[in-house]
Amino acid sequence: MTAHRPYIIDDDETQVFRLNREVLVSDEVSRLETERIFQTCWIYVGHASELPQPGDFRTRIVAGRPLIFCRSQAGEVRAFFNTCRHRGAIVCRERAGNARRFNCLYHGWSYGSDGSLAQVPGANGYPASFDKDEFGLISPPRFESYRDFWFMCLDEKAPALLDYLAGATDYIDLVVDQSPSGRMEIIHGTQEYDIAANWKLLVENSVDDYHLPSTHATWLNFMANSGVNVKPLTNEGLVLPAKGGAVDLGNGHFTTDNVNYRGRPVANWIPLYGEDSKQEIGEIRSELTARLGEARASRVADTNRNLVIFPNLVINDGSSVTVRTFSPVGPARMHVTAWALGPAEESESARARRLDSFLTFYGPGGFATPDDVEALEMVQRGLANWRDDPWSEMSRGMGKPQEDQLNSDEHHLRVFWRRWNDLMERAQ
Amino acid sequence: MSASQSLMSKGTSREEVENFLFLEAELLDQWRLDEWEDLLTDDAIYQIPSNDCPEGTPRNSLYIIADDRARIHQRVLRVTSPNCHAEYPPSRLQRMIANVRISKVDGPLLHVSANMVCYRFRRDHRSYAYVAALRYVLSSQGGALKIKERRVLLASEELGALGSISFIL
Repeated sequence: MTAHRPYIIDDDETQVFRLNREVLVSDEVSRLETERIFQTCWIYVGHASELPQPGDFRTRIVAGRPLIFCRSQAGEVRAFFNTCRHRGAIVCRERAGNARRFNCLYHGWSYGSDGSLAQVPGANGYPASFDKDEFGLISPPRFESYRDFWFMCLDEKAPALLDYLAGATDYIDLVVDQSPSGRMEIIHGTQEYDIAANWKLLVENSVDDYHLPSTHATWLNFMANSGVNVKPLTNEGLVLPAKGGAVDLGNGHFTTDNVNYRGRPVANWIPLYGEDSKQEIGEIRSELTARLGEARASRVADTNRNLVIFPNLVINDGSSVTVRTFSPVGPARMHVTAWALGPAEESESARARRLDSFLTFYGPGGFATPDDVEALEMVQRGLANWRDDPWSEMSRGMGKPQEDQLNSDEHHLRVFWRRWNDLMERAQ
Repeated sequence: MSASQSLMSKGTSREEVENFLFLEAELLDQWRLDEWEDLLTDDAIYQIPSNDCPEGTPRNSLYIIADDRARIHQRVLRVTSPNCHAEYPPSRLQRMIANVRISKVDGPLLHVSANMVCYRFRRDHRSYAYVAALRYVLSSQGGALKIKERRVLLASEELGALGSISFIL
């Protein structure tokens, strides 16, 4: 059954934006997304820092494909479809490790870290037409990186990653500028959890600051208990203690851009970090200023942002930095994977502070994320009424110029849905 | 001679440790978290490492939970608030504690390991089973046991379908 059109109602004149709730529950839409979103867009694979040594590998599912993300013996970051060229079995079964060869357990074909077919047991049993060189592991059609963030694209004809990322590169740069050497790294430890909700609801949730006071009342209470002022700036029509905007970055990417009130391990002290951390945070700040100048240092340290790279990569540069990606498992469930990111040369104490700050908000045991999970699951459950109450309302801030769009408006959500709609409706 | 036999002569038997852990389980299951906090030392910690790195420390690895004593209290305030949406209405919990062993005695400190299955039920949800190894450091003072360190090592490869840990596991 084809889902009912239209997917969105987007009327500038009457300032109405509505989303057809069927797109959050439909098996058919979910199946179409596989083709039109996940097989056409650049999809995040991993960070170069996850593969420090030649031979290092990580296995993960990206865009529904089991992948090997690895560093070859020659030191190049590579990606291969994790499937034997012989009969299709997974050739690398471990989560992570270091290997010179990927060995298929079934008939024993083995591959080098550059993907080449290294060994075939009983090779002399094959006819002359069999050419070993034709049976290396296959790489995604496109595999490119920006500042150590590696993406793949299943569409051979897609634009270059740099063009695809459009204005999002400025905000990735802001994150990476935390590091004196320009090297950020994924910190050991992975949070993997499911949410029984449509994946697009997490896209919305990741940037929607309108939900904070209600969904995260206990987190705000915790912040207040720790000495942070959480009173909203009601005079500006805001729901949060500091002003924040929402920015369209092109190609369906978008970000919040907020004046910070909640502390930044780099480098905006709050009481939660402890009196004895003031000096080190001051030193981090001085380094930023010396390296970047006053204005850029303030941009890095005194503002925070939740960035979405369309369709499913989120970089939350807030209470800490989290890199989060998620993939649909049908219309009503998603797998979420989240990591912490920090400057590679960070001191032991700064790293500890960053990780502690991470846990105050993010993750399955954080003071905020579990309530996001609950909110999204309650949306998904309520959506069982989609036939009877078919439209979601998303017009906050509509009609205002871009520069006046607030993080608590829904401008950035509309950016996502417009892009999603364009891709889904594009003639195939 | 087993560790527990040698301990009997020092005054803390495995049975006493088990009774203490069973009491703790009951308080946690029944959401009597004020009373549970009374079981903690003033410098108690509560930690759950990420599933893929049980060997790291919270200073160098991303954990799921790494609370000091003050944070534990803030967590109790949070999870018992009606505004803690993930636990409203509160989950119904029932945990089984087994394989209790005193692995080391260090002055007044007892290193205790146990296994746990914690079942969690919520209306309209399927049931959840959190399978974990428990690692305690208990402090024995004047005959009374208190929890100084409490580590929960999840057995599963990933949290996956268990979703959040929005209660005290």
